[in-house]
Amino acid sequence: MSTSMTGPTDNAPEPRPSPRTCPSPEPHSSPRTRPFPEPPPPDADALLLPVPDDDGAPFWQYAARGELRVQGCAACGELRFPPRPCCPHCQSFDDRWQRMSGRGRIWSYVLPHPPLLPAYAAQAPYNVIVVELADAPRIRLVGNLVAAPDAPLDSVDPARIRIGAPVKVVFHEQAPGVTVPRWLLERP
Amino acid sequence: MGATMGAGLKDAAVIAGIGQTAFAKRLPESERALACRAIVAALDDAGIAPSEVDAFASYTMEETDEVEVAKAIGAGDVTFFAKAGYGGGGSCATVAHLAAAIATGQASVGVAWRSRKRGSGPRPWRNTAVQLPTPAQWTRPFGLLRPADEIGILARRYMHEYGATRDHFFNVALACRNRANQNPDAVMYERPLTREMYMTARWISEPLCLFDNCLETDGALACVVVAAERARDLRQRPVYVHSAAQGLPAQHHGMVNYWTDDPLTGPAWTAARQLWKQADFGPEDVDVAQIYDAFTPLIPLSLEGYGFCGRGEGAAFTEGGALETGGRLPLNTAGGGLSEAYVHGFNLITEGVRQLRGTATAQVPDAATCLVTAGEGVPTSALLLRS
Repeated sequence: MSTSMTGPTDNAPEPRPSPRTCPSPEPHSSPRTRPFPEPPPPDADALLLPVPDDDGAPFWQYAARGELRVQGCAACGELRFPPRPCCPHCQSFDDRWQRMSGRGRIWSYVLPHPPLLPAYAAQAPYNVIVVELADAPRIRLVGNLVAAPDAPLDSVDPARIRIGAPVKVVFHEQAPGVTVPRWLLERP
Repeated sequence: MGATMGAGLKDAAVIAGIGQTAFAKRLPESERALACRAIVAALDDAGIAPSEVDAFASYTMEETDEVEVAKAIGAGDVTFFAKAGYGGGGSCATVAHLAAAIATGQASVGVAWRSRKRGSGPRPWRNTAVQLPTPAQWTRPFGLLRPADEIGILARRYMHEYGATRDHFFNVALACRNRANQNPDAVMYERPLTREMYMTARWISEPLCLFDNCLETDGALACVVVAAERARDLRQRPVYVHSAAQGLPAQHHGMVNYWTDDPLTGPAWTAARQLWKQADFGPEDVDVAQIYDAFTPLIPLSLEGYGFCGRGEGAAFTEGGALETGGRLPLNTAGGGLSEAYVHGFNLITEGVRQLRGTATAQVPDAATCLVTAGEGVPTSALLLRS
């Protein structure tokens, strides 16, 4: 599955997904309604999957719906990343997840070479980029620059990677039910 | 009250003894045996009986504990024990905790130690099962796996913002290697480094190459801390803990510090403000520096944080042999983590002590003040030592 985020953007804040529309993010929910699939047993040959905590779970739930959303404070409106229980500005415990346009710029990047975990070594050297979001430049997301949503981690020529280059988000289903954001160059 | 705040710690405690094992890619003994050897050597260096030890401090990542170490070396009743967190960020904090305990009367003879088989043991980043969900969920799936990758992101941004080049990072690697070449205990004692070797070395995580990364070492070190009043009875020239600080900046995120307003001002800046506030001298008065060097870019970042130069000037500071013997700020004079041994920075503390005793293998003439820092890029700590 992959979903491009090039369509019109809904920037309206939205509360955490309700149990009716999305599995519950409650920390003590039963395995049947867990917010995220149980992490599969470690597989040395696979890319690592996100292991969400209670605060981060909504990010991954929205990603699975093809939406890039960031935690914001329901009281004062400040956005914060990574997600956490309490607003560092006003100490409110109420949050709303704000949809981002999915556009940003490359803030920095590395090209990892072995020794690496086997699944990563197989694609090395690949890129890891940090993207500052157009809607919130001080929120920066780690990700991969790829040629297409489901392309390998080394699918973009490193010579094309520049700090400041505009990028847009896409989504890639890395394992059944587990979706991660990835990034395409706006001007490939 | 304002005038006396902080006066309780300044010069109240001294480092009275240091000890270490050999450093190697592989040592046959256990971490516990290595810890005991280093501690017994440090107590012997100080001329203090193990039965007098009543305080211990180490890192949260230390695998040997107070119970095992105390009963093995024959310590007395122990009334203070503490551990400092965040990997190499805790190195100087171990001494700081002992100095504070002694200055406040909680104990009288403290031992700080670190024993680690990082050379022959596993690389921590390979154990993905124990990685915490926060912040690993935001980084690991994308292949940002190792500390070298995490610091490489900051290094690339630093190069972009301030025009730092690989030659600046080479200046750091070369200074450490040159000092190691003078130190028979260093892992890289007989292994000179050239610019050509550096520029053609294999990448680890571009922009960082092999020589931008510290060693992987088996070894242990320890030091003994006592009250300054006891200094006159000691076997060695005392080295005073003049100032000490820890640093966890507001909104800091650990090694992946990309989510703050200004990721290039790290914990060093926070520790430095507290360190200098309590000190009788400033950066311009530091004769020799032992700065945590898990990765070469940490040196320019730390030079800025601890006030040796302005923001963005750390790379240029390394030019013209500034970090070499006779330079503006001789650095990591036993070889540091890059070329002596990587034992979470404890060898930087012991080398600071040797410089102020006048017994270093690359002695800075008449060195009277030394800055020692712990890991930058994580919650950190630092010491100002003086003779």
